Amino acid sequence: MQVTAQQIRTWLADVPDPEIPVISLVELGVIRDVRQVDAQWEVDVSPTYSGCPATSVIAQTIREALAEHGVSVAVNQTLSPPWTTDWISQSGREKLEAYGIAPPRAAGGPERCPRCHSADLERLSQFGSTPCKAQWRCRTCLEPFEYFKCL
Amino acid sequence: MVGGPIAGVDPVAILAGRMGDTALVLGHRISEWCGLAPALEEDIALANTALDLIGQAKLWLDLAGAREGLGRDADGLAYLRDAWDFRNLLLVERPNGDFGDTILRQALFDGWHVQLLAGLRDSRDEQVAAIAAKASKEAAYHWQRSRETVIALGDGTEESHARMQAALVRAWPFVGEMFESDETDAALSSAGIAPAPATLSTSVMGAFEEMLAEATLRAPEVSRWQTGGRSGRMHTEHLGHMLSTMQWLQRAYPGCDW
Repeated sequence: MQVTAQQIRTWLADVPDPEIPVISLVELGVIRDVRQVDAQWEVDVSPTYSGCPATSVIAQTIREALAEHGVSVAVNQTLSPPWTTDWISQSGREKLEAYGIAPPRAAGGPERCPRCHSADLERLSQFGSTPCKAQWRCRTCLEPFEYFKCL
Repeated sequence: MVGGPIAGVDPVAILAGRMGDTALVLGHRISEWCGLAPALEEDIALANTALDLIGQAKLWLDLAGAREGLGRDADGLAYLRDAWDFRNLLLVERPNGDFGDTILRQALFDGWHVQLLAGLRDSRDEQVAAIAAKASKEAAYHWQRSRETVIALGDGTEESHARMQAALVRAWPFVGEMFESDETDAALSSAGIAPAPATLSTSVMGAFEEMLAEATLRAPEVSRWQTGGRSGRMHTEHLGHMLSTMQWLQRAYPGCDW
């Protein structure tokens, strides 16, 4: 079978993010380019946060996933333009909310509680369990939840 | 070799080395709080800030290593140099002290860092500009938190105010080093690679004054700034102790991996 860049993107759309496995690397917006240079396939990946430990795991996951399809790939890190939460796809945002993580918003805080959808919210902590999240709480259902910080 | 203007050395190697060393040393210092901070939220915040800074240090030190051309990468520069080869600001190598000392030092670093990175984003060197653009988004978030926390504690209880004022008296003499320039800085500035440190002074000091006024804190008069870290002239005794902890594993088992 002739492998195309589109085919590789389709395969990568099934590769989950190692820390938030409900969304794929493509939905997270970290796959910046797929191309063939001479006979070698290359994938450009944009790191989310500079020190995010998932970055090296993501590169490894991509190599392993494509190796299963018989494709050897070189993974490059690309810094510019810097990754932004604007690159998370609409389907990615919906999956995050369904999973209980409020998706990022330019206003700097979540729009609504991912469980009961109330807008009466308070911030508990500017940071959370991973560099990309903060802790919030719903004042209506009283449940704490994670918010994907806007970057 | 990273540090000091040396004929034939790319000044970007020195700039990236200074940026990387400052981020690395502060990142390590605040990681020392992990599991010990006064509240869970602060523990998570310090650990995450440390993670961002160590990630930025890796980007800067890989660039420094590539430009110095001696075959060293970020790990080689971080783990296999001695204290006298580090080029970080003295401010960040000082011990953590109490939580007030830590968060005040953080705010002084962050307030300077955001403005410097804003200048470096426009660098004519593409790699410097790319790292600065990446780091500046993280730095803005750090500054927001450290600034708010300094204000909350300074303008807080009698006890928290007294501790923050004492922390400020201890840390303030180290602020002047942020604006010190040497021949490398002049070369970087005239090449459009980095802003001259002195040109940041007005805006950074303005941001500090605004924060301190809101925090009801007063900076002490300083007759002579404590400097020497970024030039490599001298470090405090504390850096060597910190490095002995940070570098122990790589020194004991060179090239170890797991």
